[in-house]
Amino acid sequence: MQINWFTVIAQLFNFALLAWLMKRFLYAPILAAMDQREQQITAQLTAAKTQQDQAHAAHDELTRKTAAFDAQKQALLTAAEADAETQRQKLLAAGRQEADDQRAKQLKALQESQATQQADTARQTRQTVFALAKKALADLASASLEAQAVAVFVQRLQQLSRADRQPLLAAFQADKKPMQVQSAFALTDEQRAAIGTTLGGLLGAAPNLVFTTSPALISGISLNANGFRLAWDVADYLVALEKAAPVPAPTPSPVPNPEPHAVE
Amino acid sequence: MHLSSDEVIFWQAGFVTINLTLVTTWGIMLVMVGAAAWGTRRLTPGLHPARWQCALEIIVSGINGQIEQVGLPQPAKYIGFIGTLFLFIAIANVGIVLPAYEPPTGSLSTTVALALAVFLAVPAFSISQMGLRHYLKTYVQPTFIMLPFNLIGEVTRTLALAVRLFGNIMSGGLIVAILLSITPLFFPVLMNLLGLLTGIVQAYIFSILATVYIAAAVAKPIPKAAEATAQSA
Repeated sequence: MQINWFTVIAQLFNFALLAWLMKRFLYAPILAAMDQREQQITAQLTAAKTQQDQAHAAHDELTRKTAAFDAQKQALLTAAEADAETQRQKLLAAGRQEADDQRAKQLKALQESQATQQADTARQTRQTVFALAKKALADLASASLEAQAVAVFVQRLQQLSRADRQPLLAAFQADKKPMQVQSAFALTDEQRAAIGTTLGGLLGAAPNLVFTTSPALISGISLNANGFRLAWDVADYLVALEKAAPVPAPTPSPVPNPEPHAVE
Repeated sequence: MHLSSDEVIFWQAGFVTINLTLVTTWGIMLVMVGAAAWGTRRLTPGLHPARWQCALEIIVSGINGQIEQVGLPQPAKYIGFIGTLFLFIAIANVGIVLPAYEPPTGSLSTTVALALAVFLAVPAFSISQMGLRHYLKTYVQPTFIMLPFNLIGEVTRTLALAVRLFGNIMSGGLIVAILLSITPLFFPVLMNLLGLLTGIVQAYIFSILATVYIAAAVAKPIPKAAEATAQSA
């Protein structure tokens, strides 16, 4: 067991060469690859951390926007409900107003219809009364109703009071136009002469008279002179008679009670 | 029967001798460098390396971890020496499974050469770390009386390194050779298995002791004057 010093030196050199070669071909490349991998993993972890932070930030931003959106949506919904309620109240008020207007129109139309009906009834009544009176006068007194009306008109002229004559006299003196005598029938010459004579006596001079016929006067006669009017006919008679007649008890109205009611 | 592979001489010219130890060492060097060059020819820093790369990375990172655990904070600086020491001794010892193989670590010349390499590497690393002046001062610490003891310690531990490795490997090979002539069937196999374990353990012990020596030398406290000089440099 001896030491071969050449072998020792050679092995020392061999080991130094082997250490250099191994560092050149094994340790340096392996350590470099491991360092690169470590840096790569570190970079990926850093990138992942950055992305995670960005994701957290985006999540927070989304949460905040969602909350803001919910609040805005709730506010808009509340405002829309308030607007709808206001609009509903307006429509309800408008509907009530329109219903009231329609009810008032119906009431007015009904009242007009009633008035027209009443007028027609009065006119028919007057015509009926006239026809009955005419027939009664013709059957009982043997004198025509027209002649009787003219006689009554002349008699009323003669019985005018002083105060009532004054407007007639003033109208006669203010205007020299002919005085209008309207009758529901054509007057005879004798009837015209009697009217002229009576008016002459009242006015102190013979007036200029124009005789016309108007069927609207029901068996009557009227005198018109510069705004003054004196008439007698069956209508006036019936009006006076109506005023003198007792007032009948009111009948229930068929019109519904115009109290407001709810409109939904 | 020969006790050492140094005795098998292939060529000799005066002082220069080409023996079995050197030839085997060259073969081991060729295998190691060839395997390293072949295994690292397609290295990739990606997350899915090849199997060879994974194996090499496990070996290198394991050696790195051992160096760091012993107390050297920058293992990449020392792995070229310590890693090669471990791998060379381990491969040389494990090669006993091959027929007619004689490990170069069974030669006292090889173990002395490796121990001398450690003996030279310790001051080399220490001087590069703290400077020649401070390194020389460490031999007179804590007092100059310790100088001879420190020198004796350097020599004896180097001698211990060489003889420990040589004795273990040579004795293992010798026992196998003796048993092969006595009971050629089963005992040589068992002793070879034991030799594999012993070889790996001896490689680990040799490289760890070298690391401890280097770490102890590098980690010695630096005097304030030397520290200031190193900082200004």
